[in-house]
Amino acid sequence: MRKIVAIVFLAIIGFYIISIFSAFQFGDKYKGVSEHYVKEGIIENRGANLVTSIVVNYRGFDTLGEVTVLFLAATGLSFLLFSCKCEREFKRIKSSLVLRTATDTLFPMILLFGAYIFIHGHLTPGGGFQGGSVIASGVMLLFLSFRSFHPNHKTLSTIEVLAGISFAGIGLLGLVYAKSFLANSVLPLGQWNRLISAGVIPLIYIAVGLKVGAELSGLISDMISTTKED
Amino acid sequence: MVIILEYFMIFLIVLMIALALFAIKTKDLLSAVIASGFISLVASIVYLYLQAPDVAMTEAAIGAGITTLIFVVAVRKTKGREK
Repeated sequence: MRKIVAIVFLAIIGFYIISIFSAFQFGDKYKGVSEHYVKEGIIENRGANLVTSIVVNYRGFDTLGEVTVLFLAATGLSFLLFSCKCEREFKRIKSSLVLRTATDTLFPMILLFGAYIFIHGHLTPGGGFQGGSVIASGVMLLFLSFRSFHPNHKTLSTIEVLAGISFAGIGLLGLVYAKSFLANSVLPLGQWNRLISAGVIPLIYIAVGLKVGAELSGLISDMISTTKED
Repeated sequence: MVIILEYFMIFLIVLMIALALFAIKTKDLLSAVIASGFISLVASIVYLYLQAPDVAMTEAAIGAGITTLIFVVAVRKTKGREK
């Protein structure tokens, strides 16, 4: 019986999805606001990466919401993990020599690559989320190879708070000095395809990158350091 | 060249479907986690082919890296086998 109900539900959902997609032709025309983004986006923001100017400028409020959602998820996870009475325990198993040597060589490069991604977010593909998660995967590598490694949680949360405040603060500056929240006319736009250009987009991406990196590192640290080994 | 690339993409998509079925069917949860991490890795290649490098980066870093680690830790905290 339950299977029949599930199949009926799936059929209904599938029918509506198919009917929605059959109403449009894939990649047919740019209509309305997307046409404006594609045609005027580069001129209005001077960012070489059009995706960035859509994500940070036109849809900046959504990005702020995404960062908030990630923050809430990390908070909820650490609340859940620390509220249980499991012992916080570190077992110092030595990882293999290959992993340790590779980590020694690779970790600075991974950090640098993550920083590169979010600093050049307005020029090349990628941005705050991507750079932050690359940094967090570097921290993950440290956790895997040095079992006694333990980051300072206070530093991580300070970075996170400062980055979040600066994101919201840049948005409020737009509200004060320009016409809307997160408006891009506070700073001069500069020349196209230069590192210092595109107004506040690089600043916002640096803030998002630091925030996401600190948050995901804290999350991984919470997950691993509450693991009991048997 | 383009045709070869297209066939390669079809192969990758079939591989993703096969891995997803394996992840559902297997009783060993660790294998299922590794299969789903592999799906993310293949998906990031497909995104790159579809000219979405931003999404490909996110998928490779979060889907294949961090999510896999979190699931592995979660499996180790629990019993590690499906009933």
